[in-house]
Amino acid sequence: MSSDTNTKSLSMIVTKGSLDWAYPPFILATTAAAMGLNVTMFFTFYGLTLLKKKLDLKISTLGNPAMEMPMFGMHIGMPNLVSAVPGVDAAATAMMKNLIKKKGVASIEELRSMALEADVKMIACQMTMDLFEYTPDDMIQGPVLGGAATYIETATKSDINLFI
Amino acid sequence: MANQVLDAKGLNCPLPILRAKKALKDVPVGGTLQVIATDPGAVKDFEAFCRTTGNDLVESKADGKVFEFLIKRIS
Repeated sequence: MSSDTNTKSLSMIVTKGSLDWAYPPFILATTAAAMGLNVTMFFTFYGLTLLKKKLDLKISTLGNPAMEMPMFGMHIGMPNLVSAVPGVDAAATAMMKNLIKKKGVASIEELRSMALEADVKMIACQMTMDLFEYTPDDMIQGPVLGGAATYIETATKSDINLFI
Repeated sequence: MANQVLDAKGLNCPLPILRAKKALKDVPVGGTLQVIATDPGAVKDFEAFCRTTGNDLVESKADGKVFEFLIKRIS
């Protein structure tokens, strides 16, 4: 990674930990790093679970009124209501994972290790660790612990700051 | 002939870019990397990648559903 002062930088606050919401931050982080940017990701609230050693990411049709799945040559809507039916979210997750594999989309595990390889700086929110009773042992190696001030300091120096 | 060839067929965004970045490290400065991809989004993405990283997109062509890029490593 270049250390010259013209290097652009990107910071992101990652707040969501479902399979679908895990993609944007990791895709943007790995791509920005590949394009020579210094990248920092701050994982807070449900986003923190994306740093767990073992990921078991799921999607829910609840709160996703725009969700449609390609099935039988058409697009089937997934009404919020069906989320209450036992097995529906599990089926939607399985369907999504199948599509990911079929379409040559990287897994989150793959993107996460590529981000670490590319020196993406990861900050795990200390307060969220306490709140949800996680220990550093639950998490992968690499991220540092920090709080809001740690993130804000990074954000003041970054060219792009995103909240996801 | 390119110094190195990367087969990124069947890979989706952002994998062709990430693999290309990795492959470029093994190309000498002034040398070229040929990338073969099937992701239609790669056409615009390799243009943006090269502009931002300062590398030279020497060639970008489509043959049906297969796209070929020739990147010259500048930095």
